[in-house]
Amino acid sequence: MRLSPTARIVLRTTALLGIAVIYLPLLLVLVNSLNPDRAFGWPPGGITTRWWADAWHSGGARSALWVSVRAGLGATAVALVLGTLVAFAVQRHAFFGRQTLSFLVVLPIALPGVVTGIALNSAFRSVLPPLGLGFGLLTVIIAHATFCVVIVFNNVAARLRRVSGSLEEAAMDLGAGPLRTFRDVTWPLVRSAVLAGGLLAFALSFDEIVVTTFTAGAGVQTLPLWIFGNLARPQQAPVVNVVAAVLVLASVIPVYGAQRLSGDTAAGSRI
Amino acid sequence: MPATGAAVRLCGLRKTYGGTDALAGIDLEVRHGEFFSLLGPSGSGKTTTLRLIAGFEEPTDGSVELAGQDVTGLAPYERDVHTVFQDYALFPHMTVEQNVGYALKVRGTGRAERAQRVRAALASVRLEGHGRRRPAQLSGGQRQRVALARALIDRPAVLLLDEPLAALDLRLRGRMQAELKELQREVGITFVFVTHDQGEALSMSDRVAVFNAGRIEQVGTPAEVYERPATAFVADFVGASNVLTGEPARRVTGRPGPYSIRPERITLSAPAEDTAGVGRETHDDAARTGACEHRASGTVTDVVYLGHAVRVLVDLDVGGRLTVLRHVGEGADHATPGTRVMLRWPAGHAVPLPADPAPAPAPDADPGPDADPGPPPGSPGPGSPDPGAPATVPAPGRGPR
Repeated sequence: MRLSPTARIVLRTTALLGIAVIYLPLLLVLVNSLNPDRAFGWPPGGITTRWWADAWHSGGARSALWVSVRAGLGATAVALVLGTLVAFAVQRHAFFGRQTLSFLVVLPIALPGVVTGIALNSAFRSVLPPLGLGFGLLTVIIAHATFCVVIVFNNVAARLRRVSGSLEEAAMDLGAGPLRTFRDVTWPLVRSAVLAGGLLAFALSFDEIVVTTFTAGAGVQTLPLWIFGNLARPQQAPVVNVVAAVLVLASVIPVYGAQRLSGDTAAGSRI
Repeated sequence: MPATGAAVRLCGLRKTYGGTDALAGIDLEVRHGEFFSLLGPSGSGKTTTLRLIAGFEEPTDGSVELAGQDVTGLAPYERDVHTVFQDYALFPHMTVEQNVGYALKVRGTGRAERAQRVRAALASVRLEGHGRRRPAQLSGGQRQRVALARALIDRPAVLLLDEPLAALDLRLRGRMQAELKELQREVGITFVFVTHDQGEALSMSDRVAVFNAGRIEQVGTPAEVYERPATAFVADFVGASNVLTGEPARRVTGRPGPYSIRPERITLSAPAEDTAGVGRETHDDAARTGACEHRASGTVTDVVYLGHAVRVLVDLDVGGRLTVLRHVGEGADHATPGTRVMLRWPAGHAVPLPADPAPAPAPDADPGPDADPGPPPGSPGPGSPDPGAPATVPAPGRGPR
């Protein structure tokens, strides 16, 4: 499409503004985590690592980080297993209700977190006590898994769509049984998509707050919950800033990795 | 290599998808060492047949035998056949060597022997030195050869090829046709080759099965299928053909046909050159007496210059239209639309076809007054002409797709 010079300038400016609105506040968080002024006076009077050290020694922040990591790993593990299996079922087999299943699996990511949270909260309330269980880390993992599954499913299904089914037929044709075919052909071709899905799922779980609020037990505080709880305390403000910066990094790295993985193998799997 | 018996035998093979027949029950025998083509338009069941032989699909009914052994219930990896896929299906994450050696690796052949046989296989398709590349780094023709080498490395009893040349450009396809044929002669393995290209099927095969709507219309050598088409479909699909039927057929040959006449069998001359009396009556006379030549006069409606040949469309005086194909310099060069011409062809090249609505012929079909139950003037072909054929307008010949 050809654009007039004016249109080009307008579009570029708008795009830059959009990017700026998203990333400048994030940058501010990072800068302020190094700002020696407790009230974040601008411009920063220097650079200090004091807040980072404080945060490192803050017991609350550390235990919250640990809880978040465990919740993220748990939810990712569940999502990897279920999401990959569903993706294979939907992409490699024809059965009644296939489209419906695919829709139902993807839906949770579109549902408002509040709705998912309330629904899961009341469900857990009625199901768990008879089993002798209560709200805790497990409920957070289950809740996060509902939308983490979507990410893994989407990634793996997209890859399977691009990997021709005749590759698996070719392996069988050349003498490989079903397990051997999976090991030699299918898995190597979907591996990176599964990994990318897992990284994204972890990032999603790591900074989730809405659903977590409704499903975490009394003693379970994830990093986002900790930030939210300490936001109102001026005393904690610098440490909250550091934790927020950590959260940003912890989300960016997996997403970047996932993008690299998807991109690389997209080129490799082109036939 | 056993010289007798069938390499592949299909008995009453049927495949239904969601209530519709993709394959309506076929019987077929492919001999050992044969280059056998399954020819037909898309959706005619040829690829389904191939997939049933390979074992990727299970038949709804019927059986598949390989070298006399029933393999209907066996999985693809339990059958001694390999497939060359239409998209080649080369493993993108493996090198060319790993692709080619895969069948040996699965069977547990030792590393040294494998390397040596891979090298030989690559040499046989002239791809030495490409072993370390990935499929994505190869051209279309090279990928095709890798797919061939991969499928042939452990000498399967039968090689199945699913339109392997369809993705190549025209020049490359011509070269690969020759290479493929040569390779088949060298290795002596039975090839079952699926194609929708009639030229490809005719030039490469020992025998051809022509598929239409889930059935086999005819099985024969290329010459048999071309010269003696068993049905109107075969006449039309394999090469260009004229189908002369009904009243025009009766006026020219004495019987209502339908007949298949190949365009290159018809000669053109100016009516004035005709020494005998010119006119319809003469032709009818000739037909009645069982003359060894059919003649018909008509008017040229169109002339198409093809470079090596000229295609002339002629409207017959008795009705119907014939396509004539003459090489340049064979008397058709000066034909222009509107010219009066005389068409002749040896009676033996008017091949009788079964009447069109083949299933359930009407019991009270009304034979034409001139129809006699004796053999048609042309030499008898497969399928008997039905005098009760409806006098449909003869279809002009259709070119190869």
